[in-house]
Amino acid sequence: MKDLERPDTAALRARYPDVFERPAAARLAMPAMIAAALAVFAFGLNDLGFEPAKFIAGLRQLGWITMMMIPPDPGSSLPLYLRALGETLSIALLGTTLAALLALPVSLPAARNIVPPNIIRFPVRRFLDSIRGVDTLIWALVWINVVGLGPFAGVLAIMVSDFGALGKLFSEAIEAADKKQVEGIRASGGSALHEIRFGLMPQVLPVIAGQVLYFIESNTRSASIIGIVGAGGIGLQLAEQIRVLEWQKVSFLVLMILVAVAVIDFISSKLRFAIIGRRAVA
Amino acid sequence: MTIAVSILPERQLAALNAAYRQAVARKRLRLFAGAALFVAALILAAVGAEVNLRTLFTYFGNFVSYFDRILTLDNGQRVWTDPAEWLWGWRKWLKMLGETLLISYVGTLIGAVLAFCLNFLAAENTSPAPWLRFVVRRLLEFARTVPGIVFALIFVMAFGLGPMAGVLAIAIHSTGALGKLFAEIVENADMKPVEGVRSTGASWLSCMRFAVLPQVSAGYVSYALLRFEINVRESSVMGFVGAGGIGQELVVAIRKFYYSDVSAILLMIVVTIFIIDITTGWLRGRLFGKDARL
Repeated sequence: MKDLERPDTAALRARYPDVFERPAAARLAMPAMIAAALAVFAFGLNDLGFEPAKFIAGLRQLGWITMMMIPPDPGSSLPLYLRALGETLSIALLGTTLAALLALPVSLPAARNIVPPNIIRFPVRRFLDSIRGVDTLIWALVWINVVGLGPFAGVLAIMVSDFGALGKLFSEAIEAADKKQVEGIRASGGSALHEIRFGLMPQVLPVIAGQVLYFIESNTRSASIIGIVGAGGIGLQLAEQIRVLEWQKVSFLVLMILVAVAVIDFISSKLRFAIIGRRAVA
Repeated sequence: MTIAVSILPERQLAALNAAYRQAVARKRLRLFAGAALFVAALILAAVGAEVNLRTLFTYFGNFVSYFDRILTLDNGQRVWTDPAEWLWGWRKWLKMLGETLLISYVGTLIGAVLAFCLNFLAAENTSPAPWLRFVVRRLLEFARTVPGIVFALIFVMAFGLGPMAGVLAIAIHSTGALGKLFAEIVENADMKPVEGVRSTGASWLSCMRFAVLPQVSAGYVSYALLRFEINVRESSVMGFVGAGGIGQELVVAIRKFYYSDVSAILLMIVVTIFIIDITTGWLRGRLFGKDARL
């Protein structure tokens, strides 16, 4: 076998100047960005009080906690936990449904093809954005002030925070709808409401149904934590058991949440495919 | 131009009509059955969640008046008439917001690096061994499914109160979420460059470095930026369980009914989140062009 010819690097450099002689700005941009990112990172570690000794002590503590968690054991409070889990699922289902019912009418004025003037659409969108910007847990705290501790506050918290998210998603789904059906209804003499009902809704509803199912799924997760601030569900039990250091019960509760989320995931993905077919999974 | 509509003979038409009606009836029946099932589930859920409409009606006024109260200063004026009084603690709050941003930045970066280390092992086309892939996938799933704030609660017990617990909680949760997304990008990558590199006798590491990484790094950065946005939201509540950031101030203000403080802190959080959303959106558009804005 013949040796490969040694490439003539000088000639190559001369022939492809823009590969070998890139301007300094282009060559330095990447390392500079990485250096800046690392500098902020180091500053952050320092500012947030990361100390190796503290970190290692914490890790040891964490290891001990993990050992204490095995095996998961609910003790005698299994019925209580099952009830709490039921409460969590109820919160997710009810909160999402109410949010969808509220979001549907509001999403219409937020969609460009329904309400062309910017002057209405813009405030509606910003309003939805600011609701979305506030975390579910914060809404839970606010509602606890209003209706008291308990799962009802959780339902209302999920309702409000999802109202923002679903309103935005619905309006996007409406904007993506095909205009031809609407024009067809108008051509045959339908009113504006007819256009929405018969031209738009048949296109939009399957997408919306898919999104609502997806949100029920993800809200099972949110609903399992809003109990931490006192808004009912399994999070309440979880926070309590962590505070009293009952680690076996903690691990059991975490396992319960994981299983519940997996089951809901499975059911809702089956339902989604049944409703909208494989193509339009949001 | 004339259009002829051919009308089928009566007998044929009747059969078709019957079939059509039957199909519609079946569809309606399915819809109604589904709706009935759904309503039943809702009622069950309403009982389970102790929904009490009377409470809601009695207290709904409170919800509205709560916003009235948080928008009123102690002296009875509206908050925007006296911004200096409203935002009296802005120095402290800005510092806490800075801490919140740092928590999410450091957490996202650690999470992204861990996800980067794990994702090649989790992707179907690059994983060196099936059992390894299985283990890594289950690990990522676990990190992703357990809510971040639950990790924060446990870490506060292990590492003590303070932002360190928040950072680690966010880092673990981001590892799970990003690891899955990263692995999906890798699974979509073109495998021909990998074959090319492997045919030169390169090791697995070199294959990943020179064949896969150049295809996927843009997607990685884009997802990491998106995750940063989400984490800013999440770290704003980490303080609720004592894991640092602005949440601490907020929960104190809400629990102790410092009404105007609540609105001031909420305003600052929402504005910060807006700014972060816009900046990362701009950055993503800038780095990867309009079409890469996932």
